[in-house]
Amino acid sequence: MFRSQTASAYLLLSPVIVTVILALVGCLLLLVVASFGTQSYLDFDFGFSLASYDQVIESAGVRKLMLRSAGIAAVVSLLSVLLAYPVAYFVAFDVSHNRLFWLIMLTLPSWISYLLRVLSWKLILGYKGVVNSGLEGLGLISKPLEFLLYNPTSVAIALAHAWAPFAILPIYVSLQRMDRSLIQMAGDLGDGPFRSFLRVTLPLSLPGVFAAFVLIFIPTFGDYVTPQLIGGPSGVMIGVYIAMQFGASNNIPLGSALAIATMVLASLIACLFVLGTKRLVRAMR
Amino acid sequence: MSRLRKAYVVLYLALLYLPISFIPLFAFHDSVYISFPWRGFTLDWFAGLFEAEGLLGALENSLIVAAIASVSSTVMATLAALATARLRFPGRQAISIALLAPIALPTVVIGVALLSAFSLSGVPLSLGTVAMAHCLFCTPFAYGVMLSQFRGLSGDLEQASMDLGEPPVRTFFRVTLPLAAPGILSSLMLTFTVSFDEFILAFFLSSNSPTLPVYMWSQMRFPDKLPLVLALATLVILFSIVAVVGSQLLRRQGRRRPATASQEG
Repeated sequence: MFRSQTASAYLLLSPVIVTVILALVGCLLLLVVASFGTQSYLDFDFGFSLASYDQVIESAGVRKLMLRSAGIAAVVSLLSVLLAYPVAYFVAFDVSHNRLFWLIMLTLPSWISYLLRVLSWKLILGYKGVVNSGLEGLGLISKPLEFLLYNPTSVAIALAHAWAPFAILPIYVSLQRMDRSLIQMAGDLGDGPFRSFLRVTLPLSLPGVFAAFVLIFIPTFGDYVTPQLIGGPSGVMIGVYIAMQFGASNNIPLGSALAIATMVLASLIACLFVLGTKRLVRAMR
Repeated sequence: MSRLRKAYVVLYLALLYLPISFIPLFAFHDSVYISFPWRGFTLDWFAGLFEAEGLLGALENSLIVAAIASVSSTVMATLAALATARLRFPGRQAISIALLAPIALPTVVIGVALLSAFSLSGVPLSLGTVAMAHCLFCTPFAYGVMLSQFRGLSGDLEQASMDLGEPPVRTFFRVTLPLAAPGILSSLMLTFTVSFDEFILAFFLSSNSPTLPVYMWSQMRFPDKLPLVLALATLVILFSIVAVVGSQLLRRQGRRRPATASQEG
């Protein structure tokens, strides 16, 4: 029975294994291979050269972009998780009926076109945007404020807004699955609400917090749309630079090396965050 | 305390929806420029969409790609979720994680990886390459929906059907598929929207056959085209909202179904 279950399972899974898992792994491996290649103008040579990685490590420009991307992604994901936690808590513990309504209202914006959610910030913060024309209309400023748009702060605001709803669902799921009797017990044993939150609820919801953090940190680290649309020269992030290597700059080995370095660095920072937070929460108990 | 949390959530929701609400607001605005307060109401920008060059072609491209991506990803994810929800086999957990993992990758990395794969293997970029990329991109979402659908349905009816002598394939078509229909429809609607709204992969892989988001991106460079983009964006947002709310309601219905189904049976 066991053997035949395995066989039928893999038969059912074969389409996704071939077209999704193998295709994605294959493409990522190709990216690794390409990162060791060399390119002169349009001719690409497979080979083993570390020249692109040298460039990634040596270049001050790349270092600056990596640092900025890491900083923006860290601020955005921490902010999203912190702001979403009480929301997830509310839906999991305070809402007894109409939970579906709250869940749909809270997750709906995450399904609306990402491009358009970012565009809306351009309308708000732009030179002739909502904020500037509103303040001008009120007579508070005589000419538009230019510092609102095209900088790392505007990128971070738009990213945090666009990714915020992604943090709610993972945290909600881990709060929802929690054994409620444990909180009751902590109370019976004399913990106040704050202490029982710190010692029971928070530690048990950490898997959801980590899932939310990773789900936001890694994609925002490599984001393209937001810096390109509202980042301006001072808000360029590494994703824009990677895309450039496959377009105008036409340097596939460098672009591939950058893409790999970005994924490795983002995963590494995400791991460090998870380990660090685990320790911190343990220390607080 | 719980009242305070409710007030916070209401504020959170208001801030979540406020920025996006400026798009429809200024799509009806009687001026090329954004100005606050509003000057006047017009439907001109929506009427202008009918004459916008390249728009219909882009819409057609998007519909074709979304149809291919949603059907293919939902079919594959249904089979995969059936395997991981119903059967026990080595590697189950690993495959389940691998199927959901692409959601946590930066889309730019997936885009450039596919782009170099296509260009190094000599496959010319076309709508087909976009559809392939979107099928890959949509499968994790479809898998998430179908997995919760199959976990919500007990396998009892399938077992009963097989005990009564129906072979597995007939059981699949006569029992599993009808019971899972709300989930399948939900997945189709969700993945259709995901593909319809996806920009980065289409931007890298569409060459000279733009999808609707790529078309909007190209129009955003021209300040005088902004109202037209906003009018188009309003329709796209409306479409997403209807499809996603429908999808979520269906999904809930699909998980409530087994009780009534077993009463009927």
